[in-house]
Parts: sequence; structure tokens; C-alpha cells
Amino acid sequence: MKKIMAIVRPNKLEVIKEALDDIGSPSLTVTEVKGRGRQKGITEIYRGREYAIDLLPKLEIDIVVPDGAASKVVDTIAKAARTGEIGDGKIFIMDVEQVVRIRTGERDHDAI
Amino acid sequence: MVIAALNSGDTAWMLMSTALVVLMTVPGLALFYGGLVKKETVLNTLFLSFSAYAMVSIIWFIYGYPLVFGPDVHGFIGAPGNFFFHNVVESNTLVGSIPASVYAAFEMTFAAITVALISGAIIGRMKFSAWMLFVPLWATFVYLPVAHWVWGGGWLAQLGALDFAGGTVVHINSGVAALALCLVLKGRKERSMLPHQLGYAIIGAGLLWFGWFGFNAGSALSAGPLAGSAFIATNTAAAAGMLSWMLIEYLRFGKATMLGAASGIVAGLVAITPAAGFVNIPAAMVIGFVTSIVSYTAISYLKPRLGYDDALDVFGVHGISGIWGALAVGIFASPFINAAGTGLAYGHPAQLEIQAIAVAATFAYSFVVTLIIAKAIDFTIGLRVSEEQEAQGLDQALHDEAAYHI
Repeated sequence: MKKIMAIVRPNKLEVIKEALDDIGSPSLTVTEVKGRGRQKGITEIYRGREYAIDLLPKLEIDIVVPDGAASKVVDTIAKAARTGEIGDGKIFIMDVEQVVRIRTGERDHDAI
Repeated sequence: MVIAALNSGDTAWMLMSTALVVLMTVPGLALFYGGLVKKETVLNTLFLSFSAYAMVSIIWFIYGYPLVFGPDVHGFIGAPGNFFFHNVVESNTLVGSIPASVYAAFEMTFAAITVALISGAIIGRMKFSAWMLFVPLWATFVYLPVAHWVWGGGWLAQLGALDFAGGTVVHINSGVAALALCLVLKGRKERSMLPHQLGYAIIGAGLLWFGWFGFNAGSALSAGPLAGSAFIATNTAAAAGMLSWMLIEYLRFGKATMLGAASGIVAGLVAITPAAGFVNIPAAMVIGFVTSIVSYTAISYLKPRLGYDDALDVFGVHGISGIWGALAVGIFASPFINAAGTGLAYGHPAQLEIQAIAVAATFAYSFVVTLIIAKAIDFTIGLRVSEEQEAQGLDQALHDEAAYHI
């Protein structure tokens, strides 16, 4: 099983959800996060004074899928989240050892 | 102006105006300031305005009102008397065409907002106990005398100084006091003004604009042509101030900001305050347009150069725009708008000189006495919170509460 962790632009959430619905993989968890990459952040001006805002708001989307489904889900997110501009985000894929569904006690593939 | 009979129309308008000025302070000013601070200090910032309002409300009716409006004592202060408003309501006294109770309530709201205005300079680092001591001391030793000089028949009134709704008494007075207090208090460790919730500040600015019609048009003390004239002058200057501030930002950065626009609104309202019932529409436009240039310059160049940490620019907006407005009324006061005032532009240059004296006297008195009060508090109970409390944020450190639980 793989965990897919995607850091994306907040305003891309709706398109990503629709795209995941379309491929039949609707389950996900979303967290509001802040971060920075190689981009330099942005400047805001209050009463004539400039402030560098170097941590930008992003969303983290977490999805756990069977091994075989991972690449399709990753491609779907990457395609939906892309604008081509700096700040589109990143996707990380990692192994998951175990999954437990709390309600029934099912394990691993049955629990995803 | 002196009418012996009660006029119910005037009285109704003055009751309404009084409530409008209350709305300016709680919650207008509180929100305007509260939105601009960091999220760990927002409740304390709101609290400074609310506590000032409550304390001045009490002081005013115990002894404040007669010290401003009682019989003049050597031009400096009103004669004490009628403590706890004793026998004022019972004897059906009138001021002009309205009951003395309504007049006193209206004037109370001015005293309260003047003290609350000062709080913008000192947010994030002043002990709450020190503020609770500062408010009655400052109201008593600075506000009451200055208000008497200008509005209570004191020496500036005798000299002929014009101040329709509080350019000297309210804005220069609070702006200069803010400067003096923040000089004694010294700067914050982290001098930023990254607003935690700019929306609050914009709501606050909107409430100030709305409430200011009570402040200025109410200062006509009647529901007639003068109130109408003050009303449109007020709105015109606020709009001109807003557009002027936007233009400055556009020329400097290529973009206008909402906070800049709100600052321009307040600067325009401040500047027109002393002039509202004396000037015509073109003058109101000039007063509003120029005031944003003056205040913007003070905030962008004077403040960094001199290094004082006037956190939310009370001196820059209220002090500086107040000075411009108080001088501008000496230039633009039109006898065709109000027979009580004739300025330089209408052939009475001496008025500008009188206005300059009123500005200088208010500036000097407020600065010196505020310094003394601030030093005295610092020497006794201390003005400033600990570094740890400052870093933690004052909501948790001083009040054991938090505005946000997310």
C-alpha cells in the first residue's frame, strides 16, 4: 500500500476532488498547511511598509491506495493541480505498513 | 443659538448623535485597532478601548462635566460642583434647545473616544493595570482642562479659537499623548504591523465613518442647516482623504491597498473634524485631499527617522491630520457657512494665527503632562509587561483568554 501526500494550491482542491471522483478514488484527508519551496514568497504592504511573506498557505492531501493504483492517482492529482507557474506544489509517495478500519477492525487492503 | 425653549427635534437628533459616537468607540475604534494587531493580542487591544469607554463614562458624571463646562476659573478649568450630576436633571436645565442631560451625555462620548484613541500607540506591551491607572489620570489632568479651554469658555475660546468637533481637543490631544506615552513605554520587541484580521479593521473604519456623522453633524447641537452642512463636509473630506491615500500608494507602489484606503478615510475624518461646521464643499475636498499627503508622509518618513514605535499610527493619523485640520479651519472658515468663523481666505488672517496658538498650546500641554503621568506610573507600578509576556501575547498573559481556538 502507498500513501500519497500532495502539497497543492488551496484553490485547486475542488478540481482535484472532481478528478479523483472521476477515476473512482474519492477517499482523502485534507489539512491546511504553510510552507515554502524554492520560490521566494510574496510581498505585502501595510501603511507603506513592505513585509516579506515567505510561508505561503497550501493544502496537504493525504490518500492511501493499493500499490497498483498509486501511479494513476498521482498522475491525476498532478494533472489537476498544475498551472505551470511557480508554487504548484509537490507530491510525495511512501510505503504504508498497516491500515486498520476502526469501525470494523478490518486490516490492510480490506480497510482502505 | 441661545434658545430658551426645549426643541424636541434637536433633542432627538442629539440623542441619536450621542449613540453614534458611542458606536465609534465600542466597537468601531476597538475593531479598527483590533484587526491590525497579531492574533495573540487582539482581545487586549479591544479591551483598551472598552475599558477607557467605561471608565470615562463614570468619571464624567462624578466630576468631569463641571470641570469642562462649569463657570470658568482663570481660563484654565471649570469650577467644580454638581458632583455625581447632582440636581442637573432634576432642575430641567437646558443647554441651547436641548436638555443638559443630553448635552452632557454627548460630550461624555467625546471624552471617552479621545482616551481610547491613545491606546493604538501602545498595544502589545503595556500592562493592563497601568492602562487602568493612565485612563483616569489622563482624562482628569489633560482632557478636562483642554476641553474647557476650547469648548467650556476657557482661554482658547476667549481668544476666538475655532474647533467645531474636536481637532485640538480630541485629535491633536490624543495623537500627541500617544506619542508621549509610547516614547516613555519604548518600542515593541517585534515592530511589525502584519494585521491578523484586516477585515475587522475595515469594519471598524466603516463604523467610524458612519458614527462620525454624529460626532461632527451632532456638534451643531441642533437638527438644522448647520448640521446638514457639517454632514456633507464630513462625508466629502472622508471620501477625498480615501482617494488621496489610494493615489499616493498607486504612485509609489503601483497598487492601492484597502488598509491605505481605510487610513485615508480616518485621516480625512480627523482633518474635517475642527472645520466641519465652518467650511464649504470645495474647502472640505482640499482639506481631505491634503490631509492624506501629510499623514502618509509622517508615517512613512517621520516615524522611521525618529524611531518612535507608535504601533498603529495614532500620532501619524490623529495628531498630524488634527494639526492640519485645526490650521485649515483658520484658512477656509467661511462666514457664509457659519457666522461664528471667518478664516484667512475670507479676509481674516488673524484667525490662522489664533489656530496656530491653539495647536501649539494643545500640543505642548498634552505632551508635557502625558510625559509626567507616564513617568509617574512607570516609577510606581510600572508601565510595561515582562519580555516573556510580550512574546507570549497579551491575551493569554494578561487576561487568561484567547480570541481564537484553532
